[in-house]
Amino acid sequence: MAFLQAIGHTFLNGVETLGRLILFALDGLLAIVRPPYYPRLILKQMIEIGYYSLPVVGLTAVFTGMVLALQSFTGFARFSAESAIPQVVVVSLTRELGPVLAGLMVAGRIGAAMAAEIGTMRVTDQIDALSTLSTNPMRYLVAPRLLAATATLPFLVLIADIIGIFGGYIVSIYKLGFNPGIYIHNTLSFLEPLDVISGLVKAAVFGFMIALMGCYHGFHSRGGAQGVGGATTNAVVSASILILISNYIVTELFFAR
Amino acid sequence: MNDRQPKIAIRGLTKSFGLKAVLKGIDLDIAVGESLVVIGGSGTGKSVLIKCILGLMTPDSGSIKIDGEETVGLNGGERERIMAKFGMLFQGSALFDSLPVWENVGFGLIAGDGKPRREAKEVALRKLAAVGLGPDVAELHPAELSGGMQKRVALARAIAREPEIIFFDEPTTGLDPIMSDVINDLIRKCVGELGATALSITHDMASARRIAHRIAMIYGGRIIWQGPVAAIDSSGNDHVDQFIHGRAEGPIKMPVRPL
Repeated sequence: MAFLQAIGHTFLNGVETLGRLILFALDGLLAIVRPPYYPRLILKQMIEIGYYSLPVVGLTAVFTGMVLALQSFTGFARFSAESAIPQVVVVSLTRELGPVLAGLMVAGRIGAAMAAEIGTMRVTDQIDALSTLSTNPMRYLVAPRLLAATATLPFLVLIADIIGIFGGYIVSIYKLGFNPGIYIHNTLSFLEPLDVISGLVKAAVFGFMIALMGCYHGFHSRGGAQGVGGATTNAVVSASILILISNYIVTELFFAR
Repeated sequence: MNDRQPKIAIRGLTKSFGLKAVLKGIDLDIAVGESLVVIGGSGTGKSVLIKCILGLMTPDSGSIKIDGEETVGLNGGERERIMAKFGMLFQGSALFDSLPVWENVGFGLIAGDGKPRREAKEVALRKLAAVGLGPDVAELHPAELSGGMQKRVALARAIAREPEIIFFDEPTTGLDPIMSDVINDLIRKCVGELGATALSITHDMASARRIAHRIAMIYGGRIIWQGPVAAIDSSGNDHVDQFIHGRAEGPIKMPVRPL
């Protein structure tokens, strides 16, 4: 009986949390479209999310592209299909690895920072102070972050795609002995706009998820430093899981036959 | 507005958290220009009372009228319109640590009232001067200030929009006696100059005596005594006597476990 009670309790808690999250997301979306707008804060967040994430995302992309070329070569060499490496690198990066790895790296960097900042504001009454100063915290804190993350991540992923493809190119040319002209030609001729577009749509979805989780967990943190620490962990873990789930859903929407 | 109409009128206010009833029916009036101090032990619901009035918490039942207008259940623009009447000094100051001091003080003017930043900065510098802080402090961040200075910045922020009503949540907690007195003086001066209605909550009796016209004591979720500050020493209420003299023995029992 106690076991069933525990299952029921966990289930109800899960449904309650999901409901609260959906309401928070709707509230956040409404806050984006309703004035007042805070362009200065949106720009600040875009710089924080985009510009300052470039080094970590760039490093991830270049090494991923390099490893992808190397692994593909060792695998494809078994059935003499080495010439497919440019195509494999470009499609894997633009469709999957670029957006997913950039999303996960940004979830770690930005999702955690958002949860920690907003969580600290919550436990030190700064969010209540915003309300007493006639400022809606959803519009001031949440809307700029949701908007900036959704708009910036596609640009970040586009740059990650280019850097990743370049990583694959470097390994293919200087280590595996490919002809540079043929490699670039094969890369470009095989690449389709939908490959890139699907990756950028994924990036926008991931950006929204990362900011949503960061803001939601920060907003609902309680109990001082420990609460903020828990909110930070929850933000990163839940954003990462949502990235992987929504990655499948968007892939299904774009490419399922 | 009727001159005799209270600025804030609270009737039958209740608020529970789970099974714990914190407010069990608060009735309280605060007149225009009056400074009321609510005293009471930790966990008696003083902060919950203030948060309910400010709309930061929704009461379970009861009525809160500001200038005769019911405010329970107000949201969005209506709530923001009412909030423009308020200034609030938080217990921990609650300064925005990502913003410099002047922007903290001018925040309500910029974000709430839509004033240009330059104009808001001029007002902020004047308000900082009113609480004894020079322009050299204006560009610092809150983390670079001492506790007393942070309280003064928070006071400047609370009065920056020249509110009709100011709330002070434990204004002297964590300050040394001299700085507490400085803050008490500033509160008296600022409230007096603005002609504002003030509601303070504190357990610091010295502070209560300095800033109050009237004192109310909250205990067990209800207001058990209220009267002019001069009458506090002859209240005839055992709970009030125990509290103001800080005695461990009396009708108020603290849940202390033996060692």
